[in-house]
Amino acid sequence: MKLPIYLDYSATTPVDPRVAQKMIPYLTEHFGNPASRSHVFGWKAEEAVEQAREDVAALVRCDAKDLIWTSGATESINLALKGAAEFYKTKGKHLLTVKTEHKATLDSMRELERRGFEVTYLDVQPDGLLDLGQLEGALRKDTILVSVMFVNNEIGVVQDIAAIGELCRKRGILFHVDSAQATGKCDIDLQALKVDLMSFSAHKTYGPKGVGALFIRRKPRVRLEAQMHGGGHERGFRSGTLATHQIVGMGEAYRLARLEMVAERDRIRALRDRLLTGLNRMEEVFVNGDLERRVPHNLNMSFNYVEGESLIMAVKDIAVSSGSACTSASLEPSYVLRALGRSDELAHSSIRFTLGRFTTAEEIDYAVDHIQTKVAKLRELSPLWEMHKEGVDLNTVQWAAH
Amino acid sequence: MAYSDKVIDHYENPRNVGSFDKGDASVGTGMVGAPACGDVMKLQIKVNKDGVIEDARFKTYGCGSAIASSSLVTEWVKGKKLEEAASIKNTQIAAELSLPPVKIHCSILAEDAIKAAVEDYRKKHKP
Repeated sequence: MKLPIYLDYSATTPVDPRVAQKMIPYLTEHFGNPASRSHVFGWKAEEAVEQAREDVAALVRCDAKDLIWTSGATESINLALKGAAEFYKTKGKHLLTVKTEHKATLDSMRELERRGFEVTYLDVQPDGLLDLGQLEGALRKDTILVSVMFVNNEIGVVQDIAAIGELCRKRGILFHVDSAQATGKCDIDLQALKVDLMSFSAHKTYGPKGVGALFIRRKPRVRLEAQMHGGGHERGFRSGTLATHQIVGMGEAYRLARLEMVAERDRIRALRDRLLTGLNRMEEVFVNGDLERRVPHNLNMSFNYVEGESLIMAVKDIAVSSGSACTSASLEPSYVLRALGRSDELAHSSIRFTLGRFTTAEEIDYAVDHIQTKVAKLRELSPLWEMHKEGVDLNTVQWAAH
Repeated sequence: MAYSDKVIDHYENPRNVGSFDKGDASVGTGMVGAPACGDVMKLQIKVNKDGVIEDARFKTYGCGSAIASSSLVTEWVKGKKLEEAASIKNTQIAAELSLPPVKIHCSILAEDAIKAAVEDYRKKHKP
């Protein structure tokens, strides 16, 4: 077993060696520009790009013609939100999203507010899920677009995309879904889902960084204002020479995900349960977000009475991320955990474990042991733990905020 | 975040962790910070009849720099008279541990903790 143990698969995944092998010839041998129509180099590259498009489409059950390539989910989300808002702005000025979305969505929405759109940011329930009644109530006559993520990146909860799609379609409102964290984890069926736009990333699903895709439905037809100009590639939605090797990588990664998803999900669920059982043996630990409506790859837990940054520093044998953003110098606890109504203390003391294709039972056992030891050590150091043990209710203490 | 070797040393091997009896007349206790802000320090000093700090203990909830700052000051206050201890400045702590600007508040908290402990001891011994 190699240390540190990687348990941060939601940040990024390693490229599957089978994917890397498939990519290499498209860097050296088949290097042609897929837009070159006049010779075999171009044809060969175009053929690979279209095969990859078919493989991505097969995983999410859509028509390959509805997919365009981008540089990643962030670009897809920017294009979907800004492109749709700008195209349909004469229809209405109101957009709706959720407070626990990824920054790619929240920051794009902020930009659209700056351009004169009105945005509603919905709260979630304490389990991290949306209240559909509340969502329905927030829709207006001038609402043009709703954006909700399939799987939350911090707490792994799965929103009811099918139901939200019905609500939007009935009213003729466009529905965009950020699926960066969902591919290879959840069944996605774009034939059944009433979703108009969906964003994808390769590197969260064992493909390379720097490539993604956007699903833009043609039936019923969705239109966007392009955000990138220069040659009219990808049906005019996104100009720029296609990165053949990256696209081949994404296609192969999604093809493998389709073949292996079910078996992989069961295996990872067993490992997640093993991790959860181990950590639950400690006192004062809490799971953040609903445990059932959740991908098994994610476990987000708060360890009461220890502070997040020192915890991350202590568990140096495992690579995880913290819900506390102290390390990025902002000293702000996670906005996602705050939106669940978690106290600042619990939000500060959280760890996100994300498991993946190469996680082993041996690694999980080591991680459990490591965390138990380190949390015990930090609690030994913690005046709050001491007070808790003495029976002091910390909520009754007058703290001097600083 | 890159920590200095001294911060890592104090964090890995914290000095003088623990608690004295708060009710003991020779003990002064200082508790500063707030859980919501991400750090709470408890510093205790044991003072002999000549007004010299004989021993010190701490417990800290906070980041590595906060733990290191409080561990360091338990070493520094030992053998000092109360007024000497109370005159320790956060800038000295920050310099010793090479704290980056975003972690200066940890050293300020440690300075406050010493002052609070000295204050608590003096309150107990008001004539």
